[in-house]
Amino acid sequence: MWRQWIPFWRPGLSPHSGDVDLLFAGLLIASALVLALLFFLLVLFCARYRAGNQIDRDHRVKKSWHWEVSWTAASFVCFLGLFVWGASVYFQIYRTPADDNDVFVVAKQWMWKTQHPGGQSEIDALHIPVKRPVRLVMASQDVIHSFFIPALRLKHDVVPGRYQDLEIEVDKPGHYHLFCAEYCGTDHSGMIGEIVAMEPADFSNWLTQQAPSSPLASEGGQLFRELGCSGCHGGGGTIRAPPLEGVYGKPVPLSDGTTVIADDKYIRDSILMPRSQVVASYQPLMPSFEGKVSEDQLLRLVIYIKSLAGHPS
Amino acid sequence: MSDKNYLTTDYTLRSWFLTTDHKRIAILYFASLIFFFFIGGAAATAIRIELATPQADLVSSDVYNRLFTMHGIIMVWFFLIPSIPNTLGNFVVPLMIGARDLAFPRLNLMSWYIFMLGGCITLFAILAGGVDTGWTFYTPFSTLYSNSYVIVAAAGIFIAGFSSILTGLNFIVTIHRLRAPGLTWYRLPLFLWSLYATSVILVLATPVLAITLLLMATERFFGVGIFDPRIGGDPLLFQHLFWFYSHPAVYIMILPGMGVINELVSCFSRKQVFGYKFVAWCSLAIAAVGFLVWGHHMFVSGQSLIASLVFSFMSFIVAVPSAIKVFNWTATLHKGSIHFDAPMLYALAFIGLFTIGGLTGLFLACLAYDVHATDTYFVVAHFHYIMVGGMVTAYFGGLHYWWPKITGRLYSEYWARTAAVLIFFGFNLTFFPQFILGAEGMPRRYHVYPPEFQVWNVLSSGGAAILAVAYLMPLFYLGYSAFFGRRAPANPWNAPGLEWQTSSPPPEFNFASQPVVTRAPYQYNEHFQAEPQNA
Ligand code: HEM
Ligand SMILES: [Cu+2]
Repeated sequence: MWRQWIPFWRPGLSPHSGDVDLLFAGLLIASALVLALLFFLLVLFCARYRAGNQIDRDHRVKKSWHWEVSWTAASFVCFLGLFVWGASVYFQIYRTPADDNDVFVVAKQWMWKTQHPGGQSEIDALHIPVKRPVRLVMASQDVIHSFFIPALRLKHDVVPGRYQDLEIEVDKPGHYHLFCAEYCGTDHSGMIGEIVAMEPADFSNWLTQQAPSSPLASEGGQLFRELGCSGCHGGGGTIRAPPLEGVYGKPVPLSDGTTVIADDKYIRDSILMPRSQVVASYQPLMPSFEGKVSEDQLLRLVIYIKSLAGHPS
Repeated sequence: MSDKNYLTTDYTLRSWFLTTDHKRIAILYFASLIFFFFIGGAAATAIRIELATPQADLVSSDVYNRLFTMHGIIMVWFFLIPSIPNTLGNFVVPLMIGARDLAFPRLNLMSWYIFMLGGCITLFAILAGGVDTGWTFYTPFSTLYSNSYVIVAAAGIFIAGFSSILTGLNFIVTIHRLRAPGLTWYRLPLFLWSLYATSVILVLATPVLAITLLLMATERFFGVGIFDPRIGGDPLLFQHLFWFYSHPAVYIMILPGMGVINELVSCFSRKQVFGYKFVAWCSLAIAAVGFLVWGHHMFVSGQSLIASLVFSFMSFIVAVPSAIKVFNWTATLHKGSIHFDAPMLYALAFIGLFTIGGLTGLFLACLAYDVHATDTYFVVAHFHYIMVGGMVTAYFGGLHYWWPKITGRLYSEYWARTAAVLIFFGFNLTFFPQFILGAEGMPRRYHVYPPEFQVWNVLSSGGAAILAVAYLMPLFYLGYSAFFGRRAPANPWNAPGLEWQTSSPPPEFNFASQPVVTRAPYQYNEHFQAEPQNA
């Protein structure tokens, strides 16, 4: 492969990192051509027209605008091409991930905590099966972090206050760097971990060997009762609240006349800021759980509500 | 007329600290900037020594974070932004337009005091314990988690911002109102076009920075929830505000450099800059479009994909006028009569380094590649090529060019050329390996790093050692020349600009009689009879 000839280049290992590498090669070649042309002209002119060199300096280009226009147009066309190319790959990288195989990531100063739906959790590591897209649902507990896997040419900021989902897929088994790329305080450079990609069979072995505490959904269900959510949403209570069975992934009509899809973000926001999106024909009675639940617990609640809709995780 | 010049009119300290002479104020700035450059450079040296090995063996994480923050803050706000406008600009703008002084001489002095006040407050923040947020102050780290002197440092920058605004206003009014008779816009030297564009950005963008810092301080102090997601704020709002100032600010840092290069390339190839009007308008185009690209710092932040698309497109657009300038400088050399004096060596270095910086800017503007490269050493290399390879090189070039005018003395060509060549090699050795580090995925702002990155880091640190020596050299030979150098004639380069029509150093009020302009700029003799006198 041509890439092996470039000493510092370790090829990317995901379906779209090949495209990113190709783009990089394209950019490199284009830049090299421009630089070569520029340096050639600089050296040529400096040598030929150095002071004291007897050489014909008459007939200097007087009218310049057609030169100007042509190199303006040429750079513009090249730039347009690069723009379209870069943008199309970008949209692939960040396309909305498929909805099975979720893994949950909580970033905090200064560690990555990852959790599999079955309850297996890891610190500064993430085991995944190869050649299967995995959807990460990421949240930050404190400051902005950035989830960066150089081998996959992939990174995304994890901003507190919102969920970020991201699809990753690895082609080859192995251990890969996981970095925090957004400066996050004292031990920023210690916030590194590894992605362990395994053959699917090895991966399921690994999963069963990790004695899971209990599946995240059932922990979520327990929290749902402990926090008193079930009192209102559980039916039979005195206060009327929307039932949550089957709500995940469905459109929800709001009292201001708009409709939202009940995704992770919607559920999270409804727990923390219940008054901002009131479901049509209900009273805004729900208290905010801001400050009462951690990111880890929020994730479990979301997963529990998701499971009520009959979704795999 | 007596042979008194602005340096010899009076020798008292009082006459320096209460002067309203733009030339003396330029010297005051010059001395302060050397001081800040030295502090920022010392921090950089410490950082590069630390990074020579993958472990933490010189400083702790906290100290390291404070070092790179201090390096960034000092270099950006107390060196790069004021560098060319406030020293070279202050000195030569009135001379170049045939005026006695800037439009508001007292305001000019006041700007320096404000600048020093801001600088001292920021230095105090550093001495008192330092700041660990990075020069970008991203929230919520800076507002909720950082345990350092964030508000004090921000106050220093906030105050220094007023100095920028006032200087910008002063330049705009001066260039509009005080041009010598006959000096029309299209007869204006290109350096002034670029300073004009810079001033417009200074005046329009700096208030946004001031507001951003105020909001941040308010949030940190009172926790009102502008940026805090737990009470409904948005951390990304801070980034939008910050980059709305800071991207235009990178053009504040580079446009004056481009302006200087026009003067140098034209003088030392003894030709008018190719496509004068194009180049002039390019400065304004860069200033205008530069306001529309801030979102390219946030391609991976979770902003909408459509926003990224627009910002990426605008970033490519803003690169067009920069590319045009590079082509025009190159075309200027064609059929010129090229002299390789020290300022020209700096100018040629600038063209090469700026082009590399600009081309790698395209990598970052290209959405999919930015996802990989952002927040890695690739970005660090990119902006150092622009800001250090570009701006600082242009600054040194301009300083050498106008040095005889400023001091009335000639420096040693031999040492000046040696330093220029050394800077070029040291610079490339320092920063080129960082592109490779970034392409391999080494994140920026890392204090310890995986050992496989060490080779390139060692090269980079080695280059930094050379670069440090090379940057110190001018301090000695220029310093020496200021006192013991040969006397400079009024016009040592035989350049046609107005600033060369008066004696070196200029008298207190610049010109014995009001000059009148009758010709287009850069009218070098067609047949190159007029060669630099000291070549
Ligand atoms: C002309 C002078 C320029 C200067 C002074 C400059 C300076 C900078 C600086 C300081 C940063 C770093 C921001 C950080 O702290 O993360 C940066 C990043 C960037 N620059 Fe430039 N730049 C210039 C030209 C360009 C050009 C011509 C382009 C594109 C066509 C460009 C595209 C970018 C992009 C996309 C980033 C964002 C990198 C990232 O963080 O992802 N720059 N530049
Ligand atoms: Cu982090």
